[in-house]
Amino acid sequence: MEILNALALFANFVVVPATAYGAQLALGALGVTLIFGILRFANFAHGELMSFGTMITILVTWFLQNMGVSIAPFPTALLALPIGVLAAISMALVTDRMVFRFYRKQRSNPIVFAIVSVGVMFLIAGIIRIVIGPADQSFADGQRFIIGAFDSRRALGLDEGIAIKQSQVITVVVTAIVVAWLFWFLQKTRSGKAMRAYSDDEDLALLSGINPERVVTICWVIAAALAAIAGTLYGLDKTYKPFIFLQILLPIFAATILGGIGQPVGAILGAFIVAFSEVTVTYAFKKFLAYLGPTDWAPEGLVQLLSTDYKFAVSFIILVAVLLIRPTGIIRGKVI
Amino acid sequence: MTKRVALLYGLMCLVLIAIGFLQSWNVAFGIFNLCVISAVMALGVNMQWGYAGLFNVGVMGFTALGGLTAVLVSMPPVGEAWAAAGGDIALSLLSLAGTIVAVIYARRIVPPVLKLPVTLVLLLAGYFLIGVFFGPATDAIESIDPALSGYLGGAGLPVLVAWPLAGLVAAGAGWLIGRIALGLRADYLAIATLGISEIIIAIIKYEEWLSRGVKNVTGIPRPVPYEVNLVESEWFINLANFFGASEISDAASLFVKLCYAVLFVIVLAIIMWFAERALKSPWGRMMRAIRDNRDAAAAMGKDVKRRHLQTFVLGCAVCGIAGAMLTTLDGQLTPTSYIPLRYTFLIWVMVILGGSGNNWGSILGGFIIWFLWVEAEPFGNWFMSTVTAPLGEESELAQHLVAGAAYMRYLMMGAILLTVMRFAPKGLIPEATNRSTAMTRSS
Repeated sequence: MEILNALALFANFVVVPATAYGAQLALGALGVTLIFGILRFANFAHGELMSFGTMITILVTWFLQNMGVSIAPFPTALLALPIGVLAAISMALVTDRMVFRFYRKQRSNPIVFAIVSVGVMFLIAGIIRIVIGPADQSFADGQRFIIGAFDSRRALGLDEGIAIKQSQVITVVVTAIVVAWLFWFLQKTRSGKAMRAYSDDEDLALLSGINPERVVTICWVIAAALAAIAGTLYGLDKTYKPFIFLQILLPIFAATILGGIGQPVGAILGAFIVAFSEVTVTYAFKKFLAYLGPTDWAPEGLVQLLSTDYKFAVSFIILVAVLLIRPTGIIRGKVI
Repeated sequence: MTKRVALLYGLMCLVLIAIGFLQSWNVAFGIFNLCVISAVMALGVNMQWGYAGLFNVGVMGFTALGGLTAVLVSMPPVGEAWAAAGGDIALSLLSLAGTIVAVIYARRIVPPVLKLPVTLVLLLAGYFLIGVFFGPATDAIESIDPALSGYLGGAGLPVLVAWPLAGLVAAGAGWLIGRIALGLRADYLAIATLGISEIIIAIIKYEEWLSRGVKNVTGIPRPVPYEVNLVESEWFINLANFFGASEISDAASLFVKLCYAVLFVIVLAIIMWFAERALKSPWGRMMRAIRDNRDAAAAMGKDVKRRHLQTFVLGCAVCGIAGAMLTTLDGQLTPTSYIPLRYTFLIWVMVILGGSGNNWGSILGGFIIWFLWVEAEPFGNWFMSTVTAPLGEESELAQHLVAGAAYMRYLMMGAILLTVMRFAPKGLIPEATNRSTAMTRSS
């Protein structure tokens, strides 16, 4: 019985990675839920928007690295991130002006918007693959670990250490700042209140003198900025692969629906639930149980509920469960 | 058929014939065969979107299921694998059946409050019970001659049997997902289908005992003759001489493609016949009524959810058949080749371009988009090298752009989709609605 070691092991392999992953998902899901709430459609191009912002960040990072600019021990990508955010915002606004606004004027069906967003997805995917290619890119530099496994082992006096990567800490800190700012914006500023009113009731908001185009523009700006930040943090934590951003749509959508469509708090809650379930279900509990059980005993097999190959199945199962049990999500969202 | 339809189909034929003369007939028929398969997929999606307005983003999954069915039906069974693990597999299936029965029975007898926890506990217990038999079974199967087989093999039946079966399997998957996601918000179906397609691909990729996973199944038995046998048989040599073929091997491969083309066109014709009949029948009118105003249709006593499920399942079945045809044509199942942009969203571009709700349009869309998708690569290369010519051969930027030229096709598909949605949302061959307008006028 070595409960502390078991807990340390669990923290190292489940809690820490899942927190970072949950934060990345939360930023993505916030963008999707805002677009759901304000523009009222499922934006299939959101993954590619994340990818686009990340790509620009990577290109600027490489440029800065070549120039010898560095903010060690922090990754150079943080310095490049604002430009990536600006690029994603411009991309979102351009597509809105060129594509989505027309259908908004026509008051088209949400499904038409979704199909059009597929067209936008094709365009952005093409641009990304022409500019940076379909291969993996790594752009992380700076210090790798904040707390190494060895140090924490010595400090805690345990057999198991808790290693914390710098990218994970940056992810959580950046997400906390961004989310705090977003909630302040939505709750306290005039524009934020206008957005909430518009999301609640379009016609009533219009009657109260809220300019819908302005609300939509702000919504795109915020969603695109969040997308670029989420993509860059995900790329720093893992690697940047263009094709992964179509797959990551699924956990993001699952988080959005789980939390309740159009509910920012729900999106964050949903993102962390999805992330923790995904990591927990695919974690092999063999060593963990060995610590809890009697000495010199270990369970046969890996005690893994689901192989890591099926981590996307977890988001799907969550999605199906929500659709079956509570289609409105945890925090009652919009359901037509 | 109106003049417009005839004209557009004629143009498409001319383009394919031009390819035959300019490049080669082998290329032309290679494109034609895949065009026909694309057209079948587009018909399937059109049933869902055009008839009922359902947004299915999981076409790839149903196509892959069809491909898997082709493998499971046509490949010879691996006797050693069955001998080594057949019993364990049977026990796993038995435990699966037992779990399902237990869950259904328990849900009937326990009070409503306990339903969810009891179900969860039973499911978890069943999961571990299956794992007890299933883990050793898959290890045993995968360890048998992994370089050549390492899977259970198939039923050893003719591959043509797999085509209708593929439809059934895909329909089953469609029914499951439709039951869950239909009747809710429209975009829920899209997201749920996106999920199921990713999971189906993951299963085919990682369940090696079933599909050999990323090791790919190759050499699926063909429904048509093999080139190597053709070039040796006398009747074929005589036939080739009769047509004055210069290369006997080219003639053989052309002959094989022609055989496939005949098979595919027969399937397309059958599906098309049913689709058109259905659309013109009272059932088709009801579907359109539901699509155009579901509240009114529901008020008239139509069971909207049931009808939606029906068309959704039918469309999935057609996509499954197309998937089996595709795997048969390729002669192999390569799970890594299934990417959503190619197998889901491209089909959507076909349906939108051709004209939602019009079967003739969907077929035309399938032909045009597949043709463009194939020809975009040479065109992209030419375009990029022309544009970058002033930069010189050595320029890094030029080389980079030429290397990325293949992805011009994504840009092109996006541009086509957006242009059609904006300027011609009814597509090239719009849905025929004059009868319904005439009816509203007379009433």
